[in-house]
Amino acid sequence: MRRRYAAERRFRLAGLFAVSLSALFLAFLLTNMAWKGLSGFTHYEAAVPIDFPRSDLVLDPAALKGPDASEIIAGADVEGALSKAASAAFGPGAEEMFGAAAERSLGRQLIRDPELLSRRAVLWLPVGSKIDVAAKQGSDAAAESLVQQLQSKNALRRTVNTDFLTESDATDPSAVGIWGALKGTFLTIMVTMALAFPIGVLAAVYLEEFARRNRWTDAIEVSINNLAAVPSIIFGLLGLAVFLNFMHLPRSAPLVGGLTLALMTMPVIVIASRNAIMSVPPSIRDAALGVGASKMQVVFHHVLPLALPGILTGTIIGMARALGETAPLLMIGMRAFIAAPAQGITDPSSVLPVQIFLWSDEVDRGFVEKTSAAIIVLLLFMLLMNGLAIYLRNRFEQRW
Amino acid sequence: MSLTIALAAVLAIAAIAGWLGFSRASRLRGTAKLHSLPIYHAAYAAMWAALPALMFLAMWSPVQSRLVDQTVLESPEGRALPAFEMQRESILSEAREIASGQRDAGFNPESSTLVPRFAEAENRFATIGGGIAILLALASAVFSLRRTSPQFRARTGVERWLMAVLIAASLIAILTTLGILLSLMFESLRFFKLVPPTEFLFGTQWSPQMALRADQAGSSGAFGSIPLFWGTVFIGAIIAMIVAIPLGLMSAIYLTQYAHPRVRSWMKPILEILAGIPTVVYGYFAALTVAPQVRDLGIALGISSASSESALAAGLVMGIMIIPFISSMADDSIAAVPQAMRDGSLAMGATKSETIRKVVLPAALPGVVGGVLLAVSRAIGETMIVVMAAGLAANLTANPFASVTTVTTQIVQLLTGDQEFDSAKTLAAFALGLALFLITLVLNLIALTVVRRYREAYE
Amino acid sequence: MSTNQIIGDVEPPEVQRDSAPEPQAGRTPKMRARDVSVFYSDKQALKDVSIDIHDDRVTAFIGPSGCGKSTFLRTLNRMNDTIPTARVTGHIELDGEDINSPDMDVVQLRARVGMVFQKPNPFPKSIFENVAYGPRIHGLGNTKAELEEIVEKSLKRAGLWDEVKDRLTESGISLSGGQQQRLCIARAIAVDPEVILMDETCSALDPIATAKIEELIHELRGRYAIAIVTHNMQQAARVSQRTAFFHLGEMIEYGKTSEIFTNPTQKRTQDYITGRYG
Repeated sequence: MRRRYAAERRFRLAGLFAVSLSALFLAFLLTNMAWKGLSGFTHYEAAVPIDFPRSDLVLDPAALKGPDASEIIAGADVEGALSKAASAAFGPGAEEMFGAAAERSLGRQLIRDPELLSRRAVLWLPVGSKIDVAAKQGSDAAAESLVQQLQSKNALRRTVNTDFLTESDATDPSAVGIWGALKGTFLTIMVTMALAFPIGVLAAVYLEEFARRNRWTDAIEVSINNLAAVPSIIFGLLGLAVFLNFMHLPRSAPLVGGLTLALMTMPVIVIASRNAIMSVPPSIRDAALGVGASKMQVVFHHVLPLALPGILTGTIIGMARALGETAPLLMIGMRAFIAAPAQGITDPSSVLPVQIFLWSDEVDRGFVEKTSAAIIVLLLFMLLMNGLAIYLRNRFEQRW
Repeated sequence: MSLTIALAAVLAIAAIAGWLGFSRASRLRGTAKLHSLPIYHAAYAAMWAALPALMFLAMWSPVQSRLVDQTVLESPEGRALPAFEMQRESILSEAREIASGQRDAGFNPESSTLVPRFAEAENRFATIGGGIAILLALASAVFSLRRTSPQFRARTGVERWLMAVLIAASLIAILTTLGILLSLMFESLRFFKLVPPTEFLFGTQWSPQMALRADQAGSSGAFGSIPLFWGTVFIGAIIAMIVAIPLGLMSAIYLTQYAHPRVRSWMKPILEILAGIPTVVYGYFAALTVAPQVRDLGIALGISSASSESALAAGLVMGIMIIPFISSMADDSIAAVPQAMRDGSLAMGATKSETIRKVVLPAALPGVVGGVLLAVSRAIGETMIVVMAAGLAANLTANPFASVTTVTTQIVQLLTGDQEFDSAKTLAAFALGLALFLITLVLNLIALTVVRRYREAYE
Repeated sequence: MSTNQIIGDVEPPEVQRDSAPEPQAGRTPKMRARDVSVFYSDKQALKDVSIDIHDDRVTAFIGPSGCGKSTFLRTLNRMNDTIPTARVTGHIELDGEDINSPDMDVVQLRARVGMVFQKPNPFPKSIFENVAYGPRIHGLGNTKAELEEIVEKSLKRAGLWDEVKDRLTESGISLSGGQQQRLCIARAIAVDPEVILMDETCSALDPIATAKIEELIHELRGRYAIAIVTHNMQQAARVSQRTAFFHLGEMIEYGKTSEIFTNPTQKRTQDYITGRYG
């Protein structure tokens, strides 16, 4: 008898263990990403004195006030000037302490205040990736000694890296940002929504309200249920074959990505919408018919509005899934390096999950925190969308 | 004129027709009782003006594509292109992209000579197609506006169009499945012309290389897919399931049978969150954190060949990703077992765990099995985790610390980067995709039938 | 020998003495059904029913559960069309027009022949919207003012205006059961029907609400032809002038209410009325 109770206890503990393991894993994953990624939102800046009149930067302050300012700066040898100023201030080892981010920041500061060019100024500029990593985690001896030197001169400070959210991909990890990927994600999801939502809802309306039960509708139902379980990469292959090679749409564009993801999301929306429509009680339909509404009017004036919360919940869940998809978008060409955000849905673009994937391949240690930071942003989006769906579901849950 | 302009024109005609229909019907309303409200007359005119023309444009677009290609190939520059199909196709597509502004210049010098031909042919055919569409829209608009009268059943006409739209939306679902099958089969057939199916299905060597141009001394590669399928099964169906099935099942049992409702109300969202995490995050986590630990573990166990891209790392993380799937299907199946059965066992003096092990689980087994099959199907089709954490080496090994590759990894590998589309290398990806699609299709169908029959047994 | 003596303790229901004066004989009926049968797939639910519905008069259909009275009522406004397996044969006319002919617009038919259901089913919209929906889609009221007028008139005729006139924007489902049913009656009235069908409209209501609705039926009778289905014999006796008794899908007897309840010609009618079954 005691053995049986012991077995009972062990069994129960095993269940508890299983459940805790999942919870612990989630906690571990999230904290791990947060820890690695939070530092990606900050960067170190160093104060470097630059003697502009004596530097090689030949720039006309008046021209910098005009519309072509950024092009003029791009043409100048900012990199060289920085390099010289850095080694002058901190020794020969500091030649490469600044990277693309610093060049960009210098350009901005000059445009904001072209008068700087006429004097010697001490500017705070973001340090290059190597020094950034050394300051945050530790690196080789040379880099770390430079960090110590900067710290002793009070020339090092840590600030929020707003560029991460406003700039796009770059080769130098200190200069990367996720704005390009975010905009691409936004455009792609817009296309996906615009296609999958109407098609999914209308298909569900037809299948639930109008279709007679025969072989054809059974075939449609089976194929929709199956499509919802097809691996996402297959949709990528479909997109490649049909949209790129048959229809010659532009590679890597949000239009194509959106089309592909729409095909993938549509079955999910159909299934959720069908359930929502099915749960509207027949008495409402009878009442509307009794008053002399046509079948279409019953559906569009009465059934759909009542089914809308359920439909929206399913749609948001489908969108959240599409947001995180990487494989199908790789198939349609989003593997390229895109340095500027897309202007429209036909420009080549990236999306956030793909950007994360591309950065994960990079060797430079500086990319680790950026990738993790991007993951944090992605997870925040997912949490928001899922939270919204749960809120909608609870708020509008109708008990008939 | 381009097709986009024609599209805008058609939409404008439809809007005007709608407005005209509305005002005419509103005026009639004063004199007689209308069958349909003015808005329906407006919609009737607008739909007749827009929809046939739009359908025509949709059909015309691929036709135009073919006509343009044909015209370009028949031009003097087109005839000068090399005869090797793959090469000609690539030059053609470069020229097409330059002409439409997607690209500035191509690799092949011949493409720039074709660009003016392309532009001219596009313009010509677009004008023809656009013109027809606009005429169609105008004619339909006039005809439908003339029918405005009090007895005219505009609402019925509109509802018939709506029904057509609804049916079209439903057909898109079937078309998608057909599209997947057809495109995969089409490309796979082209592949099988270059590589015999027996080699693909039964060969154990995978090193995909192929001649790019006719003049290149091709090193013929091996396209045996067995190591790929083995890797897929090893990671997804074996290692991942060893992790996911016990944990998922025990979680479901604990949550439905033992847990306090408050615990259940937290755990369900936690499991939902686990299911919602994008796979690229799992993959990165697997590569960054799990894989090094696994390698250290392997070396500590004396396996010197432990790689930093191991099957075990990918399998572990994939297993954890799958836990919510198994847990939720098991949850549903266990909940579907009638309380009466449970009560019968408890009333006999069995403990809760004995009831679960001997009565509830066996009764819920079909549903759980269905859930496991669906989970396997999901694991097999998973891409990002294996791309990031498993490797590219087509290894036929049972060592979990070694690096293996999977079907999905190879599909990504073969198709990304600057590949010529028509080489056997890229076509192999479609053959792999077809195999993957068929396998998951079979698994899904079995799973759904098992689950459905199981539900029927209890209703 | 009267039925009273056979059965003894069950009193046949009292027939109201102040029921309406009989309309002139020979007036054409508003709706006419001849040999109507209804099949659900192969099962026959209704066999060769022939009845006249006159306006200015309430016709009651009585009978035990499942005898086909609701099914017959639903043929009068073609609500059986919504059931895919249902098939209706026979001839049904409204003002001389065959309602099952392809020329008859079922949507217009249902505006002319309104229906109130057993369980109150107001739309989950405001009270105003509930009543205004029908007139709006049928084009009976185009401006806000016209619709407000129709809503007020319908709610007054349904006896609900005084109770809700200050809360027209509240949801229809916030009303009590009896009020909801009167709202449904107002909704049916709003589309200006010629016939009103009531399918056991009081069976889900308490006695006070039921009494209110019965009173309403009396008032409405002057304006609309009314057909009610009820399993409450006393109600049928109180409210109707003609009664039809259904049993197992057939109409057994049809005649003046007073005669059906005091002197039925068919034995089955007698047995039902005296409570032998049902």
